[in-house]
Amino acid sequence: MFNKTLFALAAGTALMTGFAALAQDKIDIVFIGKNTGNPYFDSLTGGFVDACAVIACNFEFVAPATAEATSQIPFITAQIQRGVDVIAISPNSPDALNQVFDEARAAGILVLTVNGDITGSEAHRDATILPTNFDAVGHDQVEMVGSLIGYEGEIAILSATTEAPDQNKWIVGMNETLANDPKYAKMKLVATVYGDDQPEKSTTEMEALLSTYPDLKGVIAPTTVGIAAAAQVVQSRGIADKVKVTGLGLPSEMRAFVKDGTVTGFQLWSPGNEGWLAAHFAVGVKNGTIKNEVGGTFEVPNLGTITINPNNSMNTQAALTTFNAENIDDFNF
Amino acid sequence: MTGPGNPAGTLAQDAAPARPRWQIILVRPETMTFALLVLAFIVASVLSPFFLDASYILDSFTYYAEFALVALVLTMLIISGEIDLSAASMMSLSSCLFAVAYQAGVPVPLCVLVSLGAGLLLGAFNGLLVIGLQLPSIIVTIGTLIMYRGFAQVIAGDKSISKFPEWFVGINYRDLLGVPVPIIVFVVAAIILSLVLGTTILGRQIYQIGTNEVAARHAGIRTRRIKFLLFVMMGLISSVAGLMTASRLASVRYDLGLGGELQMVLMAMLGGTYIFGGRGSILGTFLAAWLLVIIATGMTVANIQANVQLTVMGLLLIVSIIATNLIYSRTQR
Repeated sequence: MFNKTLFALAAGTALMTGFAALAQDKIDIVFIGKNTGNPYFDSLTGGFVDACAVIACNFEFVAPATAEATSQIPFITAQIQRGVDVIAISPNSPDALNQVFDEARAAGILVLTVNGDITGSEAHRDATILPTNFDAVGHDQVEMVGSLIGYEGEIAILSATTEAPDQNKWIVGMNETLANDPKYAKMKLVATVYGDDQPEKSTTEMEALLSTYPDLKGVIAPTTVGIAAAAQVVQSRGIADKVKVTGLGLPSEMRAFVKDGTVTGFQLWSPGNEGWLAAHFAVGVKNGTIKNEVGGTFEVPNLGTITINPNNSMNTQAALTTFNAENIDDFNF
Repeated sequence: MTGPGNPAGTLAQDAAPARPRWQIILVRPETMTFALLVLAFIVASVLSPFFLDASYILDSFTYYAEFALVALVLTMLIISGEIDLSAASMMSLSSCLFAVAYQAGVPVPLCVLVSLGAGLLLGAFNGLLVIGLQLPSIIVTIGTLIMYRGFAQVIAGDKSISKFPEWFVGINYRDLLGVPVPIIVFVVAAIILSLVLGTTILGRQIYQIGTNEVAARHAGIRTRRIKFLLFVMMGLISSVAGLMTASRLASVRYDLGLGGELQMVLMAMLGGTYIFGGRGSILGTFLAAWLLVIIATGMTVANIQANVQLTVMGLLLIVSIIATNLIYSRTQR
């Protein structure tokens, strides 16, 4: 008799959970950032949050304390354990995560790399959402710094972590542009240093660049943490007319530097739009309304038609946006 | 009532009453660690329904198994009255030597020997400075902590070294009866070391050295030799842990195990090891390692942010130090 009551209770609970699961068909999305304390990801997350307010998804953001190559592994395993539907991630390494990605996909989870792709390991993820055409970023950044220094002189790159696949792709692009394009023949890349996306280390590396290369004329920092640190150093030393800092920066962080003339111009895209696109794409694929096939297109409100490029990659906008004194007040991220 | 066993002639009724047996067994730091472990388990289960999964918890332990392994030997060293903060850097340097030798074409078994030999030498160097030159171990090992990691960065550079042979990588994916290999290594080491510490003469002597080194030396115990042995053991176990980490991550970087020394000391302290030496046990450190893993895993799978996790760890350390000191001072005879 006790057994029968137990069985009835179990069956009842199972039925109720079944009904609950049917009623709740929101897609669970988690976004794993490179590290915490990085304002760039607050913007990106904002896009996800805005999207999940209008389409049926639940969103959570987690990130490791440091952007080391393998720091995201425990977080990915935790999300698999939680049974989420979609893992969106800005990867800290091009290959260290392959094994966990395979485990996630075997569990039926959609794996999206956002803001950067795992170069060389694309088979291990379902699709990638890029902010813009990454092949052009290297060239555009060299053009940006060239226009500031008169297309001649010594320049240096202040990057993030040595393993970050997005950084390395852009650095390769920059080196190719400098080597092959005669327009930049008089510009010389003297050093590439790494600030690990940490404000203190980026500041130290910038100071070291200034001491080691007294004739340095331009610095490209394609990382929002790096460009803010470099601009701060230039502002404190008052050498804005001698050393031109540019790169990829957040308008909110760089506004003060642009207004007082420390930084003339820098570039970026809208991280919020990326999150918006990623959420719409993920929900669409999970619901069956979007097919994850190369060559396919789909509509996203506010962004228009998005094309799925070779290697299942999507660009949120066509090219980098340049920010300077004229338009910096138009943006609030 | 004088005699050989009672030289001062004290009367039996003047001797202090023996502590009740239940007090001896229960009122000790390991009980506190065990109580915290049970509490953490309950809290973690409440925080997230996804926590109570044996294979998930065991998999998560593999992320900490290397540090836990070194923490066991560190406990013995702390009991003897010294400390070694350079363990994580020894892990890094010995695994960088392994990777660099492998890159140079040396066959893998030889690379492993190189790594283990390096661990022995690094530990011996620590021992030489502390025992030979009579320097305080905390200062020496802070110095070697910086120096060893610096060497690692010099020989391995900023990038990661990977592409190790198939049979070497993925130690955490191999298991015996469902338990991942790193955990088996940890448990076997714990059993062996607790037998050494608890039942052998060497073990007894380590406790005596920690309680009062001068008295131990005058009692004929070879204090310098035993301490030197412990430093060398630390070096050896660090290189083993370094190899295990290299296998788990399938790559080696100079920042392997960065911050690990803090985690190891945390495990030893949470296990009730007395920082001034003379008291502590392998069982305590064993339980503390599990406690740390339960807390970290429980919070990660509940999507609690990294800064909250750090705060909780810090509070736990303070609580355990207060409790340990209270217990030891109350039971001091």
